[in-house]
Order: sequence, then structure tokens, then C-alpha cells
Amino acid sequence: MRIPCPICGARDRREFYYYGAEDYLDRPGEGADPSAWDDYLHNRANPAGVTRDLWYHDAGCAAWLVVERDTVTHEVLGAELVAGRRAKR
Amino acid sequence: MRYSGLRVIGEGLFGNKGWRPAWRDPEPKAEYDAVIIGGGGHGLSTAYYLAKNHGLSNIAVLEKGYLGGGNVGRNTTIVRANYFLPGNQEFYSHSLKLWEGLEAELNYNVMHSQRGLINLFHSDGQRDAFARRGNAMINQGDDAILLDREGVRKHLPYLDFDNIRFPIYGGLLHPRGGTARHDAVAWGYARGADRRGVDLIQNCEVTGIDIQNGRVTGVQTTRGAIRAKKVGILVAGRSGQVAAMAGMRLPIESHVLQAFVTEGLKPVIDHVISFGMGHFYISQSDKGGLVFGGDIDFYASYAARGNLPMVEHVMEAGMTLMPMIGKAKVLRSWGGIMDMTPDGSPIIDKTPVEGLFIDCGWNYGGFKAVPASGWCMAHLMATGESHEVARRFRLDRFATGHLLDEEGTGSQHNLH
Repeated sequence: MRIPCPICGARDRREFYYYGAEDYLDRPGEGADPSAWDDYLHNRANPAGVTRDLWYHDAGCAAWLVVERDTVTHEVLGAELVAGRRAKR
Repeated sequence: MRYSGLRVIGEGLFGNKGWRPAWRDPEPKAEYDAVIIGGGGHGLSTAYYLAKNHGLSNIAVLEKGYLGGGNVGRNTTIVRANYFLPGNQEFYSHSLKLWEGLEAELNYNVMHSQRGLINLFHSDGQRDAFARRGNAMINQGDDAILLDREGVRKHLPYLDFDNIRFPIYGGLLHPRGGTARHDAVAWGYARGADRRGVDLIQNCEVTGIDIQNGRVTGVQTTRGAIRAKKVGILVAGRSGQVAAMAGMRLPIESHVLQAFVTEGLKPVIDHVISFGMGHFYISQSDKGGLVFGGDIDFYASYAARGNLPMVEHVMEAGMTLMPMIGKAKVLRSWGGIMDMTPDGSPIIDKTPVEGLFIDCGWNYGGFKAVPASGWCMAHLMATGESHEVARRFRLDRFATGHLLDEEGTGSQHNLH
């Protein structure tokens, strides 16, 4: 599995640290209900198919990426910077 | 048909013409008292114990493929009760006791082999932790023997004891640990359930769960609708998809765990050996193949096959521990889809939907749990109360903070 880092280009999976589903970016606001925190930290859609998850380019540029890939085929469809995703919002 | 040595001889004398299929192939009925989704080890044992312990026989097990075609047919067959935390301890202890009587119980040879399991340690600190674990196991009523370096050498003379990074200081021997024949467990429970009147329905995929006013009323399947007041979900590897049919999101992320088998060899490894520091464990099957594996690949996956970095890591760890296996040729490898929970422990609980129960989140430890999981899930479905040895496997424990983090690595999806 190779991941196309927007900064470094396509690199071996071993250079990256996997963190988890993109859900981690949608942190509940201050004063949110405890159930919102439980959902944020633990519960997942866990799709069999296209997913978006967070990877850290540990042995490269040290950027956090959102990687879009297929969990059934291991095909990597694309990657974008978490920083870029935030800027778009 | 009861199986026995006498019958094998008798059938052999008359051309083996008397054998009958081990279970029926019934058409699904319109309604059952209880429906089990998933015809794997856990689903079949749940059906068996619902019939045996709770007198329910109007039950169907719905399997989208063939019986035992999922993770129960894709694991490394280790059976042990060497857990440390209250909550896990009593459950796996109960499971091991069921394993020990399983062949007589099912009249089926599951090839349960208590060859002993040795967990190696490599430092003074690890020795202390293993001594503590051993004491916990003994207090639970199971067995554990702390071996020093020479003690390990007596059992496993072929290990590399002087590895510079991980010299072997000793090991924790769990004599009642061992292996079993993976398929046979599923088949044994299937036959036992069928004999007690359970309908085992294969090629029947559940496509929807019917809920009215917060109560489950049945399921939609590729072979028509089936009504039931109680429905159990036991579909490790697909738990998220089936739970979504009931509008639930689970604390589960699916990961791939790889395993490997070599060509058949003469007996060389008598035990199950686990080399935790290298994320490596190994045993030898009765056919002679070395069966070994390592850690999960560490990314969400349903591919049922892994990537090369973990293959390389497992092979390196194996060579580090026992250089002699370098001459064995790997015959095949595969990946199982693991329901990974944030704390690494399973779930056997009610759901917010009345009459709908779930048994999932087995991480990489579901095989040894098959008997007790079925026992406890059947108890829960029949009585509405958690069984006493499974009462901490709660669905809401992540919200309430009552975690069961056996590894002590934290409650987060990418850590177990």
C-alpha cells in the first residue's frame, strides 16, 4: 500500500502512522453532551468500502493527512492535508 | 447418528455407506422464537446452548455463506485462559472448562490438544508482570507455572536464548492452554444444535432488521422475511454493517490480522509459544504445518488479506526467536477481519432495541471464547440478564468508563 502524500509524493505505507477514522476531526464543542464525546471517541460507521481516515507522515514531512481509500480492496484513492481541509471550511 | 470408534470400524467393514449428513438443510420458516444472525462459531454455540440450557428449540441460525466460513475457519486455533483482569478472567476460565468437556458434550472430535502455552519474557520488569499474571490465573482456579531461563530451555531448547535485544529470561507456562481444530468446533456445535431441532439456514443473508415501536419483530433476508421476537447478532467481521440495519453505530473498527502456515514438517514444536516483544506466536498443527502470526496490520480493513510490511515483520520476529524455522517454506497466508474495540475486549449485551442482542468485538481472541460466548449469549437472550461471567462485556462501558483494557495501552481504536 502506497499513500500519495500531497507534499512528498507516493510513499510506502511504512512511513505513515495510522490514527483512525476522519471522525476524530469533528471534535464536539465546549459544553457538548457526554454522549457526543462517547460517540466522537468510540463509535464508528466502520464502512466496508470507501473510507476516509487520518494518517501521520511520521517518516516524511510530518503532515497529518486525510486518506481516502477502499477498505475492501486496499486501493488508495487520494490524500489531502488536514490543514488544507480545515482551510476549506 | 452417534459417532464412536465402533461405528468407524463398522462403517469401514461395509464400504462406508451408512454415513448421513451431519445436519439438515431446512427451508426457513415464517416465524421462530429466536433468530441468530451468523453461522460461525459464536452463532452456532449460542443456538446450541439456547436449545440445551434453556429448552428453546424453535430457533434459526441464518448464515449468508456456509457454516463456519468466516473467522472460525480463519484463525490460529489457540485456546487459553491466561487473562489478568477481573471480567476477562472468569469468562475465559469458564470457556476453557467448557472446552475441556466439549468433545464428550458434542460427541464430536474437536481435536482439543492441551499441549501447554508458554509466554516468554525478556527483562526483570516483565518477569514481575508475568509472575503477577500467573498468580492471578492461579487465584482464578486455572494453572500457571513461572519458568526461569533453564526451565524454558528444557521445554524449548531450539530458541535463541542469547538474542542481544530480547534475551530470554524465562516464560509463563499455562499447561492447560493449547489448540483445537477450528472447523470442527463450528461443525460440532452445528450438528449438536441441529440434533436439538435448530434450523441451520445457509446462503441466507440478512438484509434488514424489522423494528416496531422500539421492539424487534423479525428480519428481512435474501430468502424472505422471518418473524422473531428475539434476534441475536453474532457476525464478527461484519458487526458494523448488521448493527447499522438497526440504526446503531458500534465502538468497533475492523482490522486485518494475518496468519501463516508452512509446509508439513515432522514434529518440532510441541507447545504454543508466544513472543510478545516481537508480536509473534507459533504452534504446530497436527498435520505438521507451523501455524504462526503476529500483530494486526494497524489500519481499518475488510480485505481479508494484509500487506507486505507485516509479513516481513512476522518473518523477522520468527527468525529472531527460532532461527531453525528459516528452512521451512511458507505454504499460505491469509487475513481475518477483526472487530477491534477501543479497549480490546468484547461485547455481549442487549441493544437499545428491545429483543435485539449483540455479541461482537472479539478483537483477535474470539476462537477460544466460542463455547463461553455462546453459553453467555444464550443466557442473555433467554433470561434477559447478563451471565455472571460476562457481566462486564457491556456495550455502554466506553461511555461509563468501565473499560476492560487487558493490554493497558489505552482506550483508542488504533492502539489494540
